[in-house]
Amino acid sequence: MLWACLRFPGLAFSAAFAATPEAGPSALLDNRARKRVIAAVSPEAADAGVKRGQSLAAARALCPSLAVRPRDRAAEARLLAELAAWCYQFSGHVSLIPPNALLMEAGASLRLFDGWPVLAARLKEGLAAQGHAYTIAAAPFAAAAWVFAATSDGMVLPQPEGVVRMLGTLTLAQSGLPSSTVKALSSMGFRRMDDVFRLPRPELTRRIGRDGIEWLDRLRGHTSHVLPAWQPPADFRQRIEFDSELDGSQPLLFPLRRLTRSLANLLAARDGGVQRFVLTLEHARGQVTHVTVAMAAPQRDAERLFELARTRLERTTLPAPARGMELHAEQLPMFRPPVRDLFEPVHGDGLDWPTLDERLRARLGDAALRQIALIADHRPERASRYGTPTTLVLPESRRRPLWLLPRPLIMRPDPVAVLAGPERIESGWWDGHDTRRDYYIVRTAHGQRAWAYLPSGTLDGWMLHGWFA
Amino acid sequence: MNAIAAPTLAQVLDHPGIWRRSAERQPRVRALPTGWESLDAKLPGGGWPQGALSEILFEHDGLGELDLVMPALATLTQEHRRVIFVAPPYLPYAPALVAAGVDLRFLHEIHAGSTEAAWSMEQCLRSGCCGAVVGWLPDIDYRSLRRLQLAAESGDACAMIFRPAQHAAHNSPAALRLKVSNSDEATYVDVLKSRGLLTTTAPLLRMRA
Repeated sequence: MLWACLRFPGLAFSAAFAATPEAGPSALLDNRARKRVIAAVSPEAADAGVKRGQSLAAARALCPSLAVRPRDRAAEARLLAELAAWCYQFSGHVSLIPPNALLMEAGASLRLFDGWPVLAARLKEGLAAQGHAYTIAAAPFAAAAWVFAATSDGMVLPQPEGVVRMLGTLTLAQSGLPSSTVKALSSMGFRRMDDVFRLPRPELTRRIGRDGIEWLDRLRGHTSHVLPAWQPPADFRQRIEFDSELDGSQPLLFPLRRLTRSLANLLAARDGGVQRFVLTLEHARGQVTHVTVAMAAPQRDAERLFELARTRLERTTLPAPARGMELHAEQLPMFRPPVRDLFEPVHGDGLDWPTLDERLRARLGDAALRQIALIADHRPERASRYGTPTTLVLPESRRRPLWLLPRPLIMRPDPVAVLAGPERIESGWWDGHDTRRDYYIVRTAHGQRAWAYLPSGTLDGWMLHGWFA
Repeated sequence: MNAIAAPTLAQVLDHPGIWRRSAERQPRVRALPTGWESLDAKLPGGGWPQGALSEILFEHDGLGELDLVMPALATLTQEHRRVIFVAPPYLPYAPALVAAGVDLRFLHEIHAGSTEAAWSMEQCLRSGCCGAVVGWLPDIDYRSLRRLQLAAESGDACAMIFRPAQHAAHNSPAALRLKVSNSDEATYVDVLKSRGLLTTTAPLLRMRA
């Protein structure tokens, strides 16, 4: 077993500022004993002298333009779960350590990813792309990995002996023991973990209690440590509430990108795709706008999901500024990557039809793309309609025009010559659309060939119905 | 000893940048047979140029202008390659399409306004997954035509565009321009321009008796 621990020190900050990032100095507020204190600061704010633990008034005095936001624990939990989803692609056992750490069993994945350096590089690349700062450490025991991730970033200790030796060099405060225990031990004159480990077990138990000794055993791998495995959820629903109302589609792109990326992370974890999702924009007075994004085939690429959602969003006119945005994907079907022939020459953009179809639908709307189906009906208007074509229907044996007029028009002037006909079409008495017409192929004065009809039994009143184009 | 031998005249003429105008050294045009033998015989490569724009100028609806392209399109759909109709002026009628040999599963129609139509046509051509893209864009300008020509080249697709005959006098970047007209109760096809064709005055071609 090799447990890798990822700690995200900036998680609380990113969670609170997820929807609308602040450009200037910003800080996070926490309620501690009914006092509002600074919990985290941005680099700009730190330059101005704002520090953790300061009161809000003190921070405001140091930096008047400071933007503050309260800590959002629910958002932090969601962000951590989202990171777990992303990590799930590297390991089958990912465990959440709230508020801001993840543990994953990497030992079984090392062979697949060609060793620790490659796996670490992929983690680094992926997390950097998502803009998360993190520290990482790996050890055979989960608790030790968690401790090392905080004290020595990047450390990998595959052997238990090395772990115990390294733990010995840590100070008591770094050990992960409760602060009351740390205080008690240091008042007894202990400085480093080495000193604690050397103590006989019954003595130690009397001093730090069962919980303390249990923790020390976990650190050194003396007892097994059962961690609940994170399970990817079966659907996706995430909501971002904005601080202010956002008008127009442009400012909505930032939260949209975040939502589609976290959807893509979940899809990667589930090894699934998404074929349809709904964006819900919340306006004032409970008004909502739904934007449905549907795809021809399941997708999971973050960039592509974002592009599709963006084009749909840009085509939608919003009745009012938006206060919040929710992305909901009910079904996450299997994802099958497209199969391409190795020797098939790729032309142009090298898109496949489903991708092109989506791109066109996203811009033009679903109704703009259609196919033509042949229907077994003698009435000319009903023999062809928009729908899914099948090969089961046999076409009419008589000549038919390539263009049909949407509805017959009075023909002016009258045709100059009749080339073929009449063909009596009489059908449809059963559904109330009874048709009785004599069709002719005629020629106009311009030499055009037309499909025209006379109401049956008459020789006057030509109606134009198609062109032999 | 002279290491670099002086090139012979034949070697110089083999340089790819030099094109000699002679019957056996015509530039090779990849083409899609039109299905009309007398027309194929007139066109370089023997058909609709692949990866290029063809323009069909017609005087009126119903002269057989669509009949001209149907055999080639039918062949493409039978080979399971997609054919896209962009902004057709009327309803493409399924019984006639099937009778012409079109496999309707590979025929798609895009319903769009004039700017969207040019955009969709370009997207389809560029994608590289369409066999032919046929557009009815009466108001398209030179710049958009040029874009379509480039898109057809990059996607190696066959682009066809139908326009009214009054545009025949205007300049066009299309590789092939045909004019469909009528006189004496018959339809004639006139090759106005064809890239890679040596004879400039091709005689009129009688198409529909």
